[in-house]
Amino acid sequence: MSILVDARTTLVVQGITGNEGTFHTLRNSDYGTEVVAGVTPGKGGQDVEGIPVFDTVARAVAETGANTSMVFVPPRFAADAILEAADAGVALVVCITEGIPVRDMATVHSYLEASSTRLVGPNCPGVISPGAANVGIIPGEICARGSVGLVSRSGTLVYQIVHELTQRGVGQSTCVGMGGDPVHGIGFVEALELFQADAETELIVLIGEIGGDDEERAAAFIAEEVTKPVVGYVAGFEAPPGKRMGHAGAIVTGSSGTAAAKAEALGSVGVSVGRDPTQVADLVVERLG
Amino acid sequence: MDLYEHMGKDLFRAHGIPTPRGFVAASAKEAASATEELGGRSVVKIQVQVGGRGKGGGVELCDSPEAAAAAADRMLGSTFKGFPVSRVLVEEQLPIAQEFYTSILLDRSRGDYLAMMTAEGGVDIEELARTRPDALRRLRIDPLLGLRGYHVRELVGGLPPEAWEGASEVVRMLYELLVFRDATLVEVNPLVLLEDDRVVALDAKVTIDDNALWRQPDLEDLRQQFPIDEVEARAKEQGLQYVKLDGEVGIIGNGAGLVMSTLDVVAQAGARAANFLDVGGGASADQMATSLEVVLSDPAVKVVLVNIFGGITRCDLVAQGILEALDRVDARVPIVVRLDGTNAEDGRRILADAAHPRIVPAANMIEAAEEAADLAGAAA
Repeated sequence: MSILVDARTTLVVQGITGNEGTFHTLRNSDYGTEVVAGVTPGKGGQDVEGIPVFDTVARAVAETGANTSMVFVPPRFAADAILEAADAGVALVVCITEGIPVRDMATVHSYLEASSTRLVGPNCPGVISPGAANVGIIPGEICARGSVGLVSRSGTLVYQIVHELTQRGVGQSTCVGMGGDPVHGIGFVEALELFQADAETELIVLIGEIGGDDEERAAAFIAEEVTKPVVGYVAGFEAPPGKRMGHAGAIVTGSSGTAAAKAEALGSVGVSVGRDPTQVADLVVERLG
Repeated sequence: MDLYEHMGKDLFRAHGIPTPRGFVAASAKEAASATEELGGRSVVKIQVQVGGRGKGGGVELCDSPEAAAAAADRMLGSTFKGFPVSRVLVEEQLPIAQEFYTSILLDRSRGDYLAMMTAEGGVDIEELARTRPDALRRLRIDPLLGLRGYHVRELVGGLPPEAWEGASEVVRMLYELLVFRDATLVEVNPLVLLEDDRVVALDAKVTIDDNALWRQPDLEDLRQQFPIDEVEARAKEQGLQYVKLDGEVGIIGNGAGLVMSTLDVVAQAGARAANFLDVGGGASADQMATSLEVVLSDPAVKVVLVNIFGGITRCDLVAQGILEALDRVDARVPIVVRLDGTNAEDGRRILADAAHPRIVPAANMIEAAEEAADLAGAAA
């Protein structure tokens, strides 16, 4: 098994007729993902390399039974696209789009809390379950099927660390790029919960970075609920201090948001924290035994 | 984007939130005439995009136009916490009965809004939240429901009754401003009750969501008034994320996470990064040439480290991009290049075949960082 996407995934791509949308749809399809539909308002009835295009997600779902959506529409329309997919009953929405206004995402976030639709992203590289399905822009060539579940806020660090794992003969069950936006869908905690319950996943790699308190909340969840070994990494020890949200920011999170604080929080609950991506891969090999 | 206090107060006034009368001044003379206009007494406040002005000598009460001129003279042209001061705000002095604190902000860890208020203004709000959390009223606001009447009553309930009406109006208008202007933070510290029971925002801290500036064109225009670093502006034009730092190793990488990680690894190798530069997804010859120009324009740079992980981007194209860039840019220092990922071997061979005198190939990220640190040390 794997999490979020697998051989049963049937994909509809919102924004399929754009350059990026078409390019990555075809890559995902070539990888073996079952792409059943695309949506571009006003282009219903056309097709992209044989993939039928519909005007609305509801129509695409009714005609093809798509259970997962990938969003490639521009930032001005992306929040609307996520809501449209949720209303059409799509179980999982993966939003690649970067630059969505945070107010729009706050509305989406609130709406999805009362919905059964799960969101990954926005501003993320997507989700791949090697050998089964690739939904997003993670290069399939650097992945290999195996037993390590990986979740990351950063896209290129997914690539870097997956590559180092594959080079060592360590495959992955699923790699999740959760995205770096302040308000996002699935976070570390949800991914950890899914990986903990997934029979194929033996070890979890968690890749964090400065800002927010996702890593601290992940550490608290690991202490309570995760029995599988976890290897962690936090980027940004040397990053210039980010802009603080006035005095109020620190009150909300109760955390300084620094890389050191995050690495310490993870280390204190038994996570093996690597000092660089290479050491992360070495630690994975070591803990898999 | 953090607005200056005077810009925040312009927004406050546009939304009906009372603020003191005031004028922006860029010279001692302007500060004096503003004070004259305000009746001979004023408060002079430096305008910088950073907090802590009250304690740091950035606010001065002046009892005459001459005193205001002297205060402005002292402040203008100085730096406050590293930020240059080019303007002051000259405001009327008001008869203050009591000081409060209020804010509404986006809570990134929950994806909703958080409103806060306390009757204990003018204090260190973080300290208050830690030591006497009961003194700070906090409320979650669901973005789908918005700010409701009962929210407002709960928030102002900790203030003296004579402040309720005025403070309620301020909170309602702050929320309206937050939503309509795409702010992620509005903070008033202090919000004051005057002797005549009026409630006035004495300060304004407003942060606008950069992703939403396309629908806030008048706020985008305000950016023109911000001090800009020429090199950073040039990088931005090319779609590159560049932040100047204090070290000697110029860094170019693709993806914010990988670049941050590169800074860390360079520090672990005993050197310091001169900058953060994210070249983005493509890493074409054009982007690479501009990146090298931007990084090399910093005279402190003694070596450049290029760290590219090819995902969708193929490393053979990145290698060609680097060589083309070196035809156009005068590389005055060694350039350590680490390529990995898709077609990395082809990319490394292209660089090896070119045998460019400035290019130092590295097999992996750690080796690249150590090599760069050694070269920076040798050049020192």
